[in-house]
Amino acid sequence: MAVCIAVIGKDNSPKYIRCVNDADELKFHYKVHTAIDIIEEKLNLGNKIANDVRELFLGMLYSTEDYKIYGYAANTKIKFVIILKSSNATLRDNEVRMIFRKLHAAYSNAVCNPFYTPGDQIRSNSFDSSVMSMMGII
Amino acid sequence: MKHQFVDPKSSSGNKGEADECLFEYLHAEIVNYVLTTSVNTGEKEEDLSRLESMGFSVGYRIIERLTREWPRFKDELDTIKFICTDFWTSLYQKQIDNLRTNHHGTYMLQDNSFRLLASIGGNGSKQYLRESPRLLAFTCGLLRGSLANLGIPCTVDAEVAALPSCKFNVYVQRI
Repeated sequence: MAVCIAVIGKDNSPKYIRCVNDADELKFHYKVHTAIDIIEEKLNLGNKIANDVRELFLGMLYSTEDYKIYGYAANTKIKFVIILKSSNATLRDNEVRMIFRKLHAAYSNAVCNPFYTPGDQIRSNSFDSSVMSMMGII
Repeated sequence: MKHQFVDPKSSSGNKGEADECLFEYLHAEIVNYVLTTSVNTGEKEEDLSRLESMGFSVGYRIIERLTREWPRFKDELDTIKFICTDFWTSLYQKQIDNLRTNHHGTYMLQDNSFRLLASIGGNGSKQYLRESPRLLAFTCGLLRGSLANLGIPCTVDAEVAALPSCKFNVYVQRI
């Protein structure tokens, strides 16, 4: 299961970050924000080449000794990042894609809440619980 | 905008979440409400900014849902085309009839029978021409909000020459 799930806004500001251990949050903040460079690179490459992959799922961005980092960018310039443990071999690309789909659905539900101001951090219990279930915490 | 009626035939058998006529009635009531509560300065211009900002907020949220299963847009024109076809269809059950652009950030979207105007007069009737801008303010905001969320900051205005056709002008802000 994922060790960290993050949502990054249009302007690359963190909207939401949740990890298995709250103590590791800062470490994952760095990892997630390192990934943004690669996301931007992939997105801009798409503008030059016409017949590029136009899928929202960006695949694995990079892997380190300990972690594999996956990215997904919506049409609305919202980025999702999922960090898996490198030792985790059970999750295939396709399953990660499904998690991103679910995450995107949960996110758009959170945005559709009329009390949410666009651009704010996400503080929604239902979004929280759906992320937790994606990570297998609850 | 005293009495609006909806043709029952037009609102049957499609995939919206709630029946469309509900939106039309609610929209009509919102327009009424905003006009009665806005401070009337005695000028000719009515204050439609609240309608517009409501539309912005709705458009911003709607686009998050509509583009969920959509491949990434190539460029600005691709995005505007999406607005003209799928976005418009999901809101007003028809596509934009005519799209024009000067390729420098100005787009003109023409709808020959705009849903919210169709019920107050047809065939170029001039009777409610003066009142019709208040029915368009919400949609202007809707366009602005959805484009803003897609990363295209713009201003939108609307003009009516003859009911029920209208034009929406989108001016993209270049930085």
